[in-house]
Amino acid sequence: MKIRYLSLFLILIIPLFATSVFADSMTPTDSSMPWWAWPLILFIVTFILGVLAVLGGVGGGVLFVPIVGGFFPFNMDFVRGAGLFVALAGALAAGPGLLKRGFADLRLAIPLALIASASAIVGAMIGLALPPHVVNIALGGTILMIVAIMLLAKKSEYPEVKKADALSQALKISGIYNEISTGKEIEWKVHRTPQAMILFIAIGIMAGMFGLGAGWANVPVLNLLMGAPLKVSVATSKFLLSITDTSAAWIYLNNGAVLPMMVAPSVVGIMLGSVVGVRILAVAKPKVVRYIVIAMLLFAGVRALLKGLGIWK
Amino acid sequence: MTKHQIKEEQIAYAKWLDWGMKIGLLLLILTFIIYLTGILSPQIPISDLPKYWKLKAHEYLSSAGIKPGWAWVSMVTKGDFLNFVPVAFLGAVTILCYVRILPIFLKKKDIAYFIFALAECLILILAASGLLHVGGH
Repeated sequence: MKIRYLSLFLILIIPLFATSVFADSMTPTDSSMPWWAWPLILFIVTFILGVLAVLGGVGGGVLFVPIVGGFFPFNMDFVRGAGLFVALAGALAAGPGLLKRGFADLRLAIPLALIASASAIVGAMIGLALPPHVVNIALGGTILMIVAIMLLAKKSEYPEVKKADALSQALKISGIYNEISTGKEIEWKVHRTPQAMILFIAIGIMAGMFGLGAGWANVPVLNLLMGAPLKVSVATSKFLLSITDTSAAWIYLNNGAVLPMMVAPSVVGIMLGSVVGVRILAVAKPKVVRYIVIAMLLFAGVRALLKGLGIWK
Repeated sequence: MTKHQIKEEQIAYAKWLDWGMKIGLLLLILTFIIYLTGILSPQIPISDLPKYWKLKAHEYLSSAGIKPGWAWVSMVTKGDFLNFVPVAFLGAVTILCYVRILPIFLKKKDIAYFIFALAECLILILAASGLLHVGGH
């Protein structure tokens, strides 16, 4: 079984490495590849990323930006622009179901989204103004931090919140949802809302700056800091992305950092991959796949860092 | 949570989001097919794209002679810029959803959330306005 997963890992990593070598050795003018080759490769890679994102329990954007940015010949501005639309499309598609089932909570999301989306505009403007090597260094550092969060951060299914804080009480942020696995109705409330709001400033800036989506940061803040149940945290985080990424996506769009030839194959590829991923999820071992995703992120993070430092161009 | 326990604004938001996403994705696929098949000629020849996608965004705009912001609307009959219609629509879906829930908060006299939602609309409209330009360095 382990050999099978190792093979899967190698099958995924080797094409990325080969793509990187290809991208580096060919400038656009001397490239012998036809124009359609890169969008086609992009579609195939984003399809695989869509499958892995579902199995690994991460957002599409967080895989898309470092991997496409590190191993394709596109400028980081366009990669981040496409990454935001990938994350946005995924969040928009998931949002209705999560809201209708009561897993995502609008009252919890709205105040946090307001802060995150305003900060994402600032992040997007900073990100587009920075030189590419600085973006790569910062992105590499961020991806390695995400790897650490994924490996170390604990999750709490039903965190204990003894007393809701004054702000969340004033805003009536609380809810009930039906836990299908146990058939029980779970009541929840939150605390430390002001602290979470401060953290969402940083989350918004990073989401806008790197076009990553920000589920990796949203979930720990909602779950571990505020004390929302894990299911509510994951769902509300996904929904929150649809608002945070919208503001940043507009900044990228209005500043020329969106190429349809990249956005359309990426969005369609990752969404089709997600559909397939959900089907595979029924038979796969998500924990093993999660480690593969973490290894891929680690590889992509190191690549971005070394690219930014000029060590591995 | 049973359906009747989910708040009216949440259901309304979800419905608009659902339709918006479906329309946006369908349009994205349709316009991309039009672009790829060359039914409408593109502003930038597809074979020239590799020249541009290595540049920074502001360098691409200046070398391709494209203005930032909403200038793409004037080129919407071109195959490539036609794709900006669904892209912009996907960017507008959240704004439309917020506009949808504003009267619900007002009806419920939920002033705090009405203000939050209104502020969110204004922030997203500011982002979409094209007023926030990033210069080259």
